[in-house]
Amino acid sequence: MLVVCLVVLGTSGVGALAFESSASASVRQAEEQEEAAEKIAGTFRNRDDGNNPVAGVDVVVTTEAGKNVGTATSDDEGRYELELPGPGRYTAELQTSSLPKGVELTDKSRTKLTFSVNPGQRRALIFPFGKSTLTSVSKLDKLPGTLFDGARLGLIIAMTAIGLSLIYGTTQFTNFAHGEAVTFGALATWYLNQEAGLPVVGAALISVALAAAAGYLLDTTLWAPLRRKRTGPFSLMVVSFGLSIALIGGFQFFFGSRTRPYSEYVIQEPLFTIGNQVIPPRAVITMVLSLVVLGGVGLFLQRARFGKAMRAVADNGPLASASGINTERVVKLVWVGGTALAGLGGILYSLDQGVNVQQGQSILLLMFAGITLGGLGTSFGAAAGCFVLGVAIQVSTLWIPTSLKNVGALVVLIVILMIRPQGVFGRKERVG
Amino acid sequence: MDWSQIAVDTFSASLGALAIVYVLAAQGLNIHYGYTGLFNFGQAGFMAIGAYGVAIVSAPESVGGLGLSLWLGIAASVVAAVLLALLMGIPTLRLRGDYLAIVTIAVSEIIRLVLRSEWSEQHLSTGGNSGINGFAGPFYDNNLLARIGGIPATRFNATRYEVGPFQYSGRELWVMVVGWFVVAVFAVLTMLLMRSPWGRVLRSIRENEDAARSLGKNVQGYKMQALVLGGVMGAFGGIVLAIFQNLALPDDFVTRTTFLAYAALILGGAARVGGPIVGGVIWYTLFSFMNNVVAQMKSADLFPESVKANAGQLPFVFLGVALMLLVVFRPQGIFGDRKEVELDAR
Repeated sequence: MLVVCLVVLGTSGVGALAFESSASASVRQAEEQEEAAEKIAGTFRNRDDGNNPVAGVDVVVTTEAGKNVGTATSDDEGRYELELPGPGRYTAELQTSSLPKGVELTDKSRTKLTFSVNPGQRRALIFPFGKSTLTSVSKLDKLPGTLFDGARLGLIIAMTAIGLSLIYGTTQFTNFAHGEAVTFGALATWYLNQEAGLPVVGAALISVALAAAAGYLLDTTLWAPLRRKRTGPFSLMVVSFGLSIALIGGFQFFFGSRTRPYSEYVIQEPLFTIGNQVIPPRAVITMVLSLVVLGGVGLFLQRARFGKAMRAVADNGPLASASGINTERVVKLVWVGGTALAGLGGILYSLDQGVNVQQGQSILLLMFAGITLGGLGTSFGAAAGCFVLGVAIQVSTLWIPTSLKNVGALVVLIVILMIRPQGVFGRKERVG
Repeated sequence: MDWSQIAVDTFSASLGALAIVYVLAAQGLNIHYGYTGLFNFGQAGFMAIGAYGVAIVSAPESVGGLGLSLWLGIAASVVAAVLLALLMGIPTLRLRGDYLAIVTIAVSEIIRLVLRSEWSEQHLSTGGNSGINGFAGPFYDNNLLARIGGIPATRFNATRYEVGPFQYSGRELWVMVVGWFVVAVFAVLTMLLMRSPWGRVLRSIRENEDAARSLGKNVQGYKMQALVLGGVMGAFGGIVLAIFQNLALPDDFVTRTTFLAYAALILGGAARVGGPIVGGVIWYTLFSFMNNVVAQMKSADLFPESVKANAGQLPFVFLGVALMLLVVFRPQGIFGDRKEVELDAR
């Protein structure tokens, strides 16, 4: 029986509403594969006091009919646990008199919490302690953490977008199925990790190899023959969209529409704090890894013979071909490398956000926006554009509702096309 | 597996209200892509604008609408679709075709994301991701079929009528009469326009934009007019959908909807007046056949428990692959001319 449990890593119920990435890791769904009785369990932490646990807090739980179920008391590590008689609706009342000195609820009037429990569910009670971040934290205080999040998102988008941009550059083909390479990497890792029991790192390495293989296969069986047939750009776009619809359908058929996390790195002790935001180690590792990979790709394109050939083909295909470059081999390598990078991006993205079959679709639109910002068909420009876009998306959440942040990115896309259609780093001739 | 039920459901769906929605969307894309060579990948955005225009203007004030008549709602939808076409066209029509593709897909997603966001639920009363419902009452109260038959509208709307394998409620019949009438009007309009000098200019832009420009034609202007016209047709698809469901729902307008409309157009044959109509009917018949088979297999417990909940995705897998095969092997569809539909980059 699948048991969904909501694990709350103490720190913030409030911050999670405002930021999607680091902070929301604290409220995250995890999955356990065991039979369990309904219970409440979790950890109380105090935001004012460096997220240290709050001990000795009593919470009285009653059924909807008012019958007393019992009292959950937090131990020295702030943990509490109480078995419930069964699924249903309950009310939990925090006993303010049991709070240690100096510890206060964020919202003092909110001592009562009504919640419902599904069969076999383990639920956390969300009683935020410490001053409200919503009222006391100014935009300026939030900015550093937001910039950090944005930089990380931007690096991931840049990594996924390199392939899209190079494929466009070398073959003039806008691949609407590129988002599914992102989803594929994340999904393959999830299956290898959660179903086959591999550690996340091993699963990720295999998945990147699988993504590369998928890129090779797709190019060999589908795109290369279409190139030989000289299929027009519209037909290619529609074919890629057909592929995207089929892949999303297939992914969802097997994986379902829920968002699911990997088995490791979901709950982590904060490594350090930036502004008002706690940074878990996985965020730092994601950033370092993205930087290394992007730097490696950059060096490859700048220095390696094959990388130079790639840029030559992207710049002027017929001329490159005439100078003795095997364009087909270059394009194949672009497909293999680009798909692998997209897969890796998906894995890193899901480390924080969980795996969802739709994620590729939304990231694809961000890629388009970032690439257009940087310049369609350029590789460095595209990466830079995606990075800037990622930062801009996160920073925009300081002013606009989180649910609209991707809208802002797409508006940027349109504005850029109005004022400088070749993008910041692009050249005018590409547009005509 | 109840095959007779599958047959009845599929036959009924082939001419039903939802098939009309795809036909109208495909008719609009025919103007864009078929005749003018514009890559509009955001038809779902026009449909959403159509659906929400009617919904917001005509819904009673109690649910946050403006409480005005349906006619005004439809007029608002058309005006909004024209404005949307201008918004999409101004930045992109002077650029190469794939920019229009990216911008239109982005705009249609912007529209959907905004409509389903909590922000617009609070500020624009769009109902968030559960949409707006309960605005199409007057349409069904004035069911002309009921008046002709001398039956009270409420009873007529709720009754099921059968002709051979076709079964419809009186309610859907009324939507179908109006919907197919709109389809016919657009088909005649398209036919007349494409025989006119205006239509010839559109096709010359599709074939060779520079040649059209060198003859002194205002290419941008013509493209914009085509974008507006096809967008309005798409908006009518949204209007029919919203009125039939008595509901405007943001996630009906995902980008997948655009591509199902394209599939309908390509199947029938682009740049042919009858293409989107025949293509839409056949495509939607196929789609609902697969949906019905999956539904019957589900109720017969033919799927393993782990995938049962998402078995509804299977038709999309087949349709996606079918769209790919269609474009690769028969891009002209049933009626089209291969030379006309294979466009170069612009």
